[in-house]
Amino acid sequence: MSNRLINWFRYGSPQSFYPLAGRMVPWFAAAAAVTGAAGLWIAFFVAPTDAQQGEAYRIIFVHVPASWLSMFLYIVMACWAGLGLVLNTRLSAMMAHAIAPTGAMFAFLSLWSGALWGRPTWGTYWVWDARLTSELVLFFLYLGYMALNAAIDDPRRADRASAVLALVGVVNVPVIYFSVKWWNTLHQGASVSLTRAPSMAATMLTGMLVMAIAFWMYSIAVALMRVRSIMLEREAHTDWARELKESAA
Amino acid sequence: MKPRHKRLALIGGGLAALAVAAALVLNAFQSNLVFFFSPSQIAAGEAPRDRAFRVGGLVQAGSVKRNPEGLTVNFVVTDTAKDITVVYTGSLPDLFREGKGVVAQGKLGADGVFRATEVLAKHDENYMPPDAQHALEQAQKAQKSLRTP
Repeated sequence: MSNRLINWFRYGSPQSFYPLAGRMVPWFAAAAAVTGAAGLWIAFFVAPTDAQQGEAYRIIFVHVPASWLSMFLYIVMACWAGLGLVLNTRLSAMMAHAIAPTGAMFAFLSLWSGALWGRPTWGTYWVWDARLTSELVLFFLYLGYMALNAAIDDPRRADRASAVLALVGVVNVPVIYFSVKWWNTLHQGASVSLTRAPSMAATMLTGMLVMAIAFWMYSIAVALMRVRSIMLEREAHTDWARELKESAA
Repeated sequence: MKPRHKRLALIGGGLAALAVAAALVLNAFQSNLVFFFSPSQIAAGEAPRDRAFRVGGLVQAGSVKRNPEGLTVNFVVTDTAKDITVVYTGSLPDLFREGKGVVAQGKLGADGVFRATEVLAKHDENYMPPDAQHALEQAQKAQKSLRTP
């Protein structure tokens, strides 16, 4: 007897994943809106002023979740890319392509919000310390991944080439994460880590985590929306895509 | 071995090799990846002699002396083991405070005084409301006075 209740490979085909993704998008979008509103409310009205940095610290509620997501999405993207290389499934590469722009956006948001935070606290927008530089490399990896994808006309070849790039870039993620531990950096050390109690007031931490969930839900919703259009574009020649087009017309 | 197992093994092996290579490169560049040197490192002669570098540490409490005319300021950067005197002319960041982190860029003079061209504040990873910090300071003071009767 098979104990597998869901046949995952069934959803590995674009044809059956397309409607499933369509049904999931509104739920994740709604979750993103609700948690985002709650997170911002905590960030602006509940969390106290910081003793050292005053009100400027409130950028943490965008900066840290954006940075987390930029790293996490890269790993997810690389996993899909690797899965595509190994199993040769069509959907995996499409998922990786769908995640890349969102990851790039969060990497940019992380750098940008960091610059705006650095100016009033450190006294500078930018320094070439290990944390900032490795996050910039992450941003360029996302851009490189998207550019490589767009540069190769044959989609299957583009999938394979960009998958290799995505996998090679994974090395950078632990470097970003541990950079503040391994080297002297201007950037602060981690306030929140898995190995010890967070060095933040509880309401501040709550706001940050709720914002992280909001960004997470947003990423899933947007990636699913994007993967649906990639599917339609790539599978335009197939029967299911044609039927869908006819039924919509 | 199925082709996909072969591909999996190839990717796994490739990633492992890459990780090792990256670790070796980062290890080799260890000294170049350091954003600043601590006063102890400077005392041990690890900092470059003839070119600009950065020194980082805590501003020693009570060491900040502002020149009455102009923007020149003297302070001592310490890592609690060694310390170094820094001279800087210019405006300081808002978070520049005694007892807090600082990173200064400049050159070490022959007299052992560090002439900074840029001073940045380095804040720590602790976030708390002002009353919590006040309570913390009170507790530390109480503990100190207990130890030295």
